[in-house]
Amino acid sequence: MATKFIVSRYNSETDAKPYFQDFFLDIPKGATLLDCLNLIKWQQDGTLTFRMSCRSAICGSCAMRVNGHARLACKTQAVDVVMDGAVKIEPLGNMKTIKDLAVDLEPFWASLEKIKPWLQPDEGEHYEKERLQSHDDQMKIDHASTCILCASCFSDCNALEVDSKFLGPATLAKGQRFVYDTRDAETESRLDYLSRLHGMWDCTHCAECSTRCPTDAKPLDRIKELRTAAMVHGFTNNNGARHVLGFRESVGGFKGIGGGGLLNENYLPVRSVGFNLDGIFSLIPVGFRMFIRRKNPSLIPHMIEKIGEVRKMFRRFDEYRKE
Amino acid sequence: MKYALFTGCVAKGAGRELLAATVYAAERLGIQLEDMKDATCCGAGVIQEDNPVLADALNARTFALAEERGTDIMTICGTCQGVLRHAQIKMANDPKHMEKVNTELKKDTGRTYAGRVKVKHFYQIIQEDYGLDNLARRVTRKLSGLKVAPFYGCYVLRPHEYSDTKVPDRPDYLEKLIEAVGGTVVDYPQKQKCCGFPILMPNKTNSLQLSGNAILGALEAGADCLMTPCPLCHLNMDSYQPEIETIFERRIGLPILHYPQLVALALGASLDDLKLNTHIVLPNDALKKITA
Repeated sequence: MATKFIVSRYNSETDAKPYFQDFFLDIPKGATLLDCLNLIKWQQDGTLTFRMSCRSAICGSCAMRVNGHARLACKTQAVDVVMDGAVKIEPLGNMKTIKDLAVDLEPFWASLEKIKPWLQPDEGEHYEKERLQSHDDQMKIDHASTCILCASCFSDCNALEVDSKFLGPATLAKGQRFVYDTRDAETESRLDYLSRLHGMWDCTHCAECSTRCPTDAKPLDRIKELRTAAMVHGFTNNNGARHVLGFRESVGGFKGIGGGGLLNENYLPVRSVGFNLDGIFSLIPVGFRMFIRRKNPSLIPHMIEKIGEVRKMFRRFDEYRKE
Repeated sequence: MKYALFTGCVAKGAGRELLAATVYAAERLGIQLEDMKDATCCGAGVIQEDNPVLADALNARTFALAEERGTDIMTICGTCQGVLRHAQIKMANDPKHMEKVNTELKKDTGRTYAGRVKVKHFYQIIQEDYGLDNLARRVTRKLSGLKVAPFYGCYVLRPHEYSDTKVPDRPDYLEKLIEAVGGTVVDYPQKQKCCGFPILMPNKTNSLQLSGNAILGALEAGADCLMTPCPLCHLNMDSYQPEIETIFERRIGLPILHYPQLVALALGASLDDLKLNTHIVLPNDALKKITA
């Protein structure tokens, strides 16, 4: 039985808005989604536009939304994505469509350029020979190095939907790749830049990036590693990093004051905004509202049973940190 | 049926009504719960960023405590569920990491995690262990006429390799529950999107725009209320709804219910039983839509 391919069509020069067109095709055995699109283009409508090149999940050209989620057409067995006899194909999200399934990738490239995605060794050093990396050092950047820049993560990123200035998952993963590269001399300046507004702390943890990533780059994990590096290198003068510190402090304690094992929801917001008046003022409306409805957390911090064990764990890990 | 209840922080803090509804529903369903009063915060993916090994050790401690009790864990927070399962799967896939975590854990607590305990959210337990038919038989107040928009939250769905949802891009747990209690499922484009809560502190505007998009999506699809298994989604969408109204320059007024509240309502709970008057957006008008 023929499968219905519901394909988004749009010509930015002639159409006011995108529309869907149905194509019907018997999916040949073993055909990828890209094979099917090619058959439709060759046999049914030569004007159907999409990007493609390697057909081997290496070039990253054929990323598109399939049933609402980004994926590589060449890495997708067509039969696997047929739902109720049909498959819906749309262009990537978070970018403008040029024609049919081809989007303008300019915002994606522009974001990437901002973080200087190339190795910046110490200019003052003279290297006599190639600097080989240890296996362990290579493994720190191995995942991010597999990124094929297909923009699937950029397409489905929830934070980008509401903030086009957000650097986005692929750029942040690339940032991790250079921050963790032992040959790069710009670790501090990179972390400084990536810690700013629209950078690493604006990621919502929605995990769409890692879910849609067709390689092992898994941007969310790289973003978490970037945040860890920012904490270690002391880039903590921002709400994101202070939020992490507040979490640790309220659960595990700090400076001799024991934590309660659970989050202190009164302390955390104040700590996150940095104890500054503007920040605290911004918390008053919601705090007052919750107080009136008796929704506010108790002012006496919660204390779990056997808290001693937990404080001990935190204290010992703090010692590790100092080392 | 007996479970060790891992409440998470919010159900004992800014979302105590979630715990009240859970206890009410569990009692009526004959599900025995033992509150894990010795369990820590799951780290919410945040302590993980400060120190991944410490975070895993904290959660391994929670698993070990449940194993000592001989009961599986029930969570009532989507974020806790996702974070705890992430820790479990990470350790199961990497025995060396599990050994490292257990070595650290044993130093301070004398405990070790054997990898036996199961961790399930209340909504999984209702559908997979208790049975929706079984639940439907105990419903004393069908929620007929109530149009409910399901909102999953990220942590129980993604990344797929850490999600127990069988078809993570097409989950049906919340929809099936709504049907089982007699309500009407409202479908809308944002039901699997992010609520934005994790960036409430770093970028409040972005955070509340995400919540607003979801709430308005549900409202425009005809929802009387929205229901979520994650109290963090609830907090962003309920406690901050006035700010969301300011950003979007329109009145919204969509009540945000917790999953166990919907179950408890169908089992006959009153608004007082459920402390529903603690919500910022009161659900009274929405609940008047119930026609049965």
